[in-house]
Amino acid sequence: MGARISLRHMARNQSGIIVAVKVAGELGRRIRDIGLVPGTEITILGRAPLYDPVALRVRGNTLTLRNNEADYIEVEIEDA
Amino acid sequence: MNTYTLALAGNPNAGKTTLFNALTGARQHVGNYPGVTVEKKEGEYRGLFSARIIDLPGTYSLTAYSEEEVVARDFIAREKPALVINIIDAANLERNLYLTCQLLELKVPLLVALNMMDVARERGMEIEVEKLAAFLGVPVVPIVARSGRGLDQMMEVALALAEGRIVPPDPARIRISYGDDIDQVLLRMSAMIREHGLFKGIYPARWVAVKLVENDEILMREVERENPELSARLRSETERLVDHLLKTFDTYPEAVIADHRYGFIKGILKRGIVTHRYDKNRLYASDRIDKVLTHRLAGPLIMLLILFGVYQVTFSLSSRPVAWVEALFGALGGMVDQALADGPLKSLLISGVLDGVGGVLGFVPLIMLMFFCIAILEDSGYLARVAFMMDRVFRVFGLHGSSVMAYIVSGGIAGGCAVPGVMATRTLRSPKERLATMLTVPFMNCGAKIPILALLIGAFFSEHHALYMFGFTLLSWVVALVAAKLLRLTVLRGVPTPFVMELPPYRFPTGEGLLIHTWERTWQYIKKAGTVILAISILLWTLMSYPGLSPREEARFAQKRAALAAAYPTGGETVQTLLDNLENERGSAALRHSLAGRLGVALEKVTWLCGFEWRTNIALIGGFAAKEVVVSTLGTAYSMGETDPEASGSLAQRLARDPAWSPLVALSALFFMVFYAPCFVTVVCIAGEAGSWKWALFSVAYSTTIAFILAVGVYQGGRWLGF
Repeated sequence: MGARISLRHMARNQSGIIVAVKVAGELGRRIRDIGLVPGTEITILGRAPLYDPVALRVRGNTLTLRNNEADYIEVEIEDA
Repeated sequence: MNTYTLALAGNPNAGKTTLFNALTGARQHVGNYPGVTVEKKEGEYRGLFSARIIDLPGTYSLTAYSEEEVVARDFIAREKPALVINIIDAANLERNLYLTCQLLELKVPLLVALNMMDVARERGMEIEVEKLAAFLGVPVVPIVARSGRGLDQMMEVALALAEGRIVPPDPARIRISYGDDIDQVLLRMSAMIREHGLFKGIYPARWVAVKLVENDEILMREVERENPELSARLRSETERLVDHLLKTFDTYPEAVIADHRYGFIKGILKRGIVTHRYDKNRLYASDRIDKVLTHRLAGPLIMLLILFGVYQVTFSLSSRPVAWVEALFGALGGMVDQALADGPLKSLLISGVLDGVGGVLGFVPLIMLMFFCIAILEDSGYLARVAFMMDRVFRVFGLHGSSVMAYIVSGGIAGGCAVPGVMATRTLRSPKERLATMLTVPFMNCGAKIPILALLIGAFFSEHHALYMFGFTLLSWVVALVAAKLLRLTVLRGVPTPFVMELPPYRFPTGEGLLIHTWERTWQYIKKAGTVILAISILLWTLMSYPGLSPREEARFAQKRAALAAAYPTGGETVQTLLDNLENERGSAALRHSLAGRLGVALEKVTWLCGFEWRTNIALIGGFAAKEVVVSTLGTAYSMGETDPEASGSLAQRLARDPAWSPLVALSALFFMVFYAPCFVTVVCIAGEAGSWKWALFSVAYSTTIAFILAVGVYQGGRWLGF
């Protein structure tokens, strides 16, 4: 079992597996529609020049979302 | 033989537009879906058979959160195309199949086009097409839309499906289970829906039930309208389910449904459909490019260079063709001038019709080049990176990272044009952010405002010329962004549209795609703008020409002319100058006498607050036609004859001497002229892009109000400070 942290706090090049997306409504739907559902492996690719939004590698593609949207996504990471 | 209607559905960036272009070539028609800003693209396929092809907006899902999704769903359910071709990105199967699942549930005749097989292979993926087709229960055809490979086979299968020669296995076989809790509720709800015949022949009962459980508000409202009693019963079912799931699993039905859909897809893909030869997460060429282009320091710098480049290309390359169009209309005007005697008809043709139509067509080279540049940035994938880098800044003002393009084109670097700027907002997918951008880009310093700035700054602040010019460019950014924020806090209030989006891999745009994009958008502009603008142009001409001077006044000027001729029987330069002056004086008197003149005088009751007298007011009315007209109208009003906006030196001297003007009045006038109502070409474009005249009129009122407040603030503040 690794530690659970919010996606916002992940570092560049860190990988993990999504365990929960805790938001309903439009934002929740968009996050799920684009493929960020529990069980998905993600890697942080980097952040925009002003540290927001964040870019992720998901199943070979690059997705972006804002930090305050990343807050709702809980990720399990390998213990350091 | 009947013509079939085929609809293309798919995720953004799955290659849907490329496929559409490959199938229809230049036989396309772009319009709007009624009442929304979503583009409706229709084309004609002439190959193995003839078909009408509809390019539905790219969506990730069929829930009703965005206009695009509602449009796509309504079209499929209500217009019943013979076949839906679902294009999916082979390199991206899992997420693309999410939409496919929902199309399967809609039980529409479906063909899956597996696109970008070449990219998938490059990435070391092998896909068992036959197996995938068997599991989905619909035909799957591998294609490469960019090169056209596989398209003929795809259309053969499409024809066979449309004609009913291939009957796919019963789609009911593919029923995605959402877990016991939800499945049972779905069963009960679909029974109720079937029993009442709700949406019979439009949506399948189970699909409606799934959407209601997913909390789809638009469908809920439709159900409420159709059958309020049933709606209440269905609602109580879903409410109980929500309660139950929240209590036992701390989750929402929509999340459970999404999980199961992805579970269903994973289940299929696991059965030996996809094999990876390389590591899934290795870096691709695209990532290496991104390391530079979105680099913390180099990224923004390169972006500035590229945006500046777009701006340069658009405005410098278009200057010649624009001049040709203007010269052509100038020549036409000259011909009319020669052919007709002086009078209302001649004046109408030259100042009303030719100036109006010439004004519209003069923008065409500009718009073509701008759309060409934007199409390159968009098709290559760079525009998504611009949005990524700029989002943090623009979000502060309630806008979106993609807004930056529209502001730059409109004059973020002084000398742009709001017409292509308003049209550039098409790259924004979020309606509120898009409207806020569209309504505020006209505040930027467009090329037509430069002559006004040059005139007034030249006349009153010539010692700080560059400083004032630069100051007004900066100021236009501040006013535009603050005005956008104001809109987002009031009429366009709402939570920011989520930024969740894809950064597609970089690709070389195809030449054909670029040309089609550029042409279709330009043609749309010509059609939309041409008709309305001609009418408004004639209206403005009427305002400034009627009523003419009274016969007594005319007689007075004729008398003066005769007196001059009598005093200088030999003619010569002196008398010519005097005659010209007299003619200018007559022009000024006629303008004051016209409806616009009377309006200008009447407006003094309000505009004294910012220090304007009737002459300035008339010029402002004229400026609604095009901003540079302010200068020529001021010329007429000050009896200087029609002043060429490019050479207004003598008018500047005249203003500097005039007691009604002072540096303070000039500053107040500058504020007003830079920020008041956009020119009517822009207004017509806003109406077209926003899908309603309401927003166009709002734009006029909003800009003018802001300009008035600023001008009054400057003038009254300045007076109070003793200037």
